[in-house]
Amino acid sequence: MIEIVSASRCIECDICVKVCPANVFDAVPDSAPIIARQDDCQTCYLCEIYCPVDALYVAHRAEGHFPITEAEVEERNLFGSYARALGWKRGKAGGTEHDPTHRIRVAAV
Amino acid sequence: MSRPPFPTLPEKSETTVRPGKGLTFWPITGERMSSDRVKSTGNDPLHLQADVLVLGGGPSGAWAALAAAEDGARVVLADKGYLGTSGATAPSNTGTWCVPPGENRGQAVERRWQRTGGLADQRWMLRCVDQAYENLVKLSEWGYLFPHEDDGRLYIANLRGPDYMRFMRRRVLKAGVTVLDHHPALELLSNGDAITGASGVDRQRNRDWSVEAKAVVLATGGCAFHERILGATGLTGDGYLMAAEAGAHLSGMEFTGKYTLAPYETSLNKGLPYRWATFYREDGSPLLDANGEQVSNGIGEREKDIAKALIDGPVFARLDHAEPALQDWLRRGQPNCFVPHDRAGIDPFKDLFRITLRAEGTVRGTGGIMLATVDCGTGVPGLYVAGDAASRENMTGAVSGGGAVNSSWAIASGWWSGKGASTYARKSARKAFRSISKPLGEAGLRPAGNARADLRTAQIIEAVRAEVIPLEKNYFRDGTTLHTSSERLESLWNDVRQHLHTEGVDRVRSREAASITASARWSLASALARSESRGMHRRADRPGSDPAFARRILVSGVDAVRIGEAQISREGIAS
Repeated sequence: MIEIVSASRCIECDICVKVCPANVFDAVPDSAPIIARQDDCQTCYLCEIYCPVDALYVAHRAEGHFPITEAEVEERNLFGSYARALGWKRGKAGGTEHDPTHRIRVAAV
Repeated sequence: MSRPPFPTLPEKSETTVRPGKGLTFWPITGERMSSDRVKSTGNDPLHLQADVLVLGGGPSGAWAALAAAEDGARVVLADKGYLGTSGATAPSNTGTWCVPPGENRGQAVERRWQRTGGLADQRWMLRCVDQAYENLVKLSEWGYLFPHEDDGRLYIANLRGPDYMRFMRRRVLKAGVTVLDHHPALELLSNGDAITGASGVDRQRNRDWSVEAKAVVLATGGCAFHERILGATGLTGDGYLMAAEAGAHLSGMEFTGKYTLAPYETSLNKGLPYRWATFYREDGSPLLDANGEQVSNGIGEREKDIAKALIDGPVFARLDHAEPALQDWLRRGQPNCFVPHDRAGIDPFKDLFRITLRAEGTVRGTGGIMLATVDCGTGVPGLYVAGDAASRENMTGAVSGGGAVNSSWAIASGWWSGKGASTYARKSARKAFRSISKPLGEAGLRPAGNARADLRTAQIIEAVRAEVIPLEKNYFRDGTTLHTSSERLESLWNDVRQHLHTEGVDRVRSREAASITASARWSLASALARSESRGMHRRADRPGSDPAFARRILVSGVDAVRIGEAQISREGIAS
C-alpha cells in the first residue's frame, strides 16, 4: 500500500489526488497531499508513475501497513523505479513500442 | 446515413429529476469539457443532461463513450475513480484475443469454443474478434504505439494497461465526452417504463450528482469481493445490483471460481510468470502431484495441485524454468510483476518466494448481467451493459476469459453498447425528460426497517468474504458447504436490506457492501443450481459434467432470488 509522500520531493501539483482510483489522498493547501485512506489503496502503483517528481512510494504489501523510511527508499533507489521500468518519465507515458511481451507469449505456448 | 439528428435538448426548464433546492444545470454542448471544467458552486448538487450516460471508466466504458460520441450523442461518463487508472486493465498489461480477418478466423473461434465447456456462442465470438480487431487497428491509426515484430509487422495483440487507458482518456475527452472522475453512481433512475439516468455522489467534493439520460451504459466492471487484486478497489458489483433493481437478469454467476497466483500478501494477480515456476513446500521440499512429479507451470492443469497444497499450508515458488533471455523479456514486458520482488529484496529467478491464490470473483470469472440483445441491451428499456459488468459466457462459457478474451470483449461490447445506447436515445428523443423519474436504489440507501448504527460495512464485507473467498469453499465446492454459505448470506442480506444506512459520501461504502453481498448471494444460488462440475465451477459432490446442464443458469431478483435457465444455440444469438 501507499506508504510515503515525500515532502522534500513533492511539488504540490496534487496529480496523485486526481488520478488515484481509490481516492487515497487528500489535498492540503500549501502542502504535500496526505495519505488519508491508506487501507483503501489497491497497490496498483499507478500514482507512482503519474507523479512528475517520483515523490511517492507504494510498498509491496497489499494487506496492512509496511513501515519503511524515506531514507531507505532513497538509498535503494526505489523512488520512481516502476516508472523507469515502464519507460515513463516525469509523469509522462512512454515505452509501449519497446514492450517485449509478445516474445513472452510466443514462448509461453 | 439517413438517421434523424439528435434534437436539441431543452435547457433547464423541463428537468424533473429529484427537484430540490440549489440544482446546478450544465447543458451539454458537445464541445470538450473535462471534469475540471464541470466545477460548480460549493456543495450544491450537480445536475446534467445527456443522450447517453456511461457508468464506469475502464476500457469498456471508454469504448462505449467513444462509440456513442461518434454517433453524435452527447455523452457523460461518470467513474467511481479516475478514467485512466480505474478498473482491472489500467494497472496491468493485457493480451487481446486478436485474430486477423481471413479463413483462419473461423478455425480460431472453433478451437477456442472447444475450451468453453460448451456454453459459449460462436456467433458472438466471431463478431467480437471482428469488432475488436477493427478497433485495435483504430488504436494504432489514432497513434497508440504498438511494438513491432522482428519481421517489421505491428504487434497489436497486447495492450499495456497504464498507457492504453491514459490514451483512451485523451481520446474520450477529445471526442467531447464530459468526464466526471470520482463520481461513483449510487443508483439508476427510471420513469417506470425506461431507465432515465443515474445519480450518485462526487466523493471529493461531497455533493450529490444526477444525470438525466435517454440511455445508460453500465460499464461498472465485475465483482472482486474486495480481494486485494489489481483494480479491485472499484470492482464491487455495483452495476449488478443497479441492473437487478431495474429488473435485469444475471447469468453465469456460478462461475466465480477463478483464482490467480500472486506473491503472498501482494496485489499482483498476474499468472504469466508462473508458466516458468516450480513449487515448493515450506520446508523447501518440492511440491509433488499425485503421480509423485514435481509441480511446475502454475497456469495450467497444475493449478489444482497448488490450490490443494495451499489449503494444507504455505507454498513457495521460484521462476527457475526461465532462461536468461526470457528473464529479460519478463522483466521488461511485465515490470509490475517484479515490483513486489524488487521491493522485498527477492530475486524470483533464484530465490524461493511465498505465493498465494487470489480470488477474482467475476472479474476473471464469467458471470454478469445477461445480454438480451445483440447491441448489448439488458432487456430493460434504455439500459445497456459492457465489459465485465456483462456476462461473458457468450465469449468464454464456463472457463476464464483471462486477460485476452475479456480485453477484446471490453473493446467490442463497449463499442456495441455505446452504439446501441445512442440509437435508442435517438429513437426515444421526443419523449425524453417529460416524465417524473424515480430513483431505484434500495439496499444500502433506503433501509426497509430501522437503521442500525452498529452495522458496519467492513464487517459485512468480511462476513461475505468468509463464504466466497476460501479455497476450501469456493475453489473446491460441494453442495453442503454451498448450502450453509447460502443460508449465512440470506441472514446477512436481511441485515443489509433492513438496517444498513449511511449518509453523504459513506453511501458509496454501504452501496458497495450491499452490491458485494448481493453478488455473493447470486453466485451461491447459481452454484447450487448448477448441480455438476463445469469449467471453473468444481463440485466435489458432482465431479463430472452433465449434458443436461449444457445451458445457462440465470438469476434475478434482489430481495427474493429467482433461478431460471436458458438454452444455448451454437448458431443463433439469443435475443
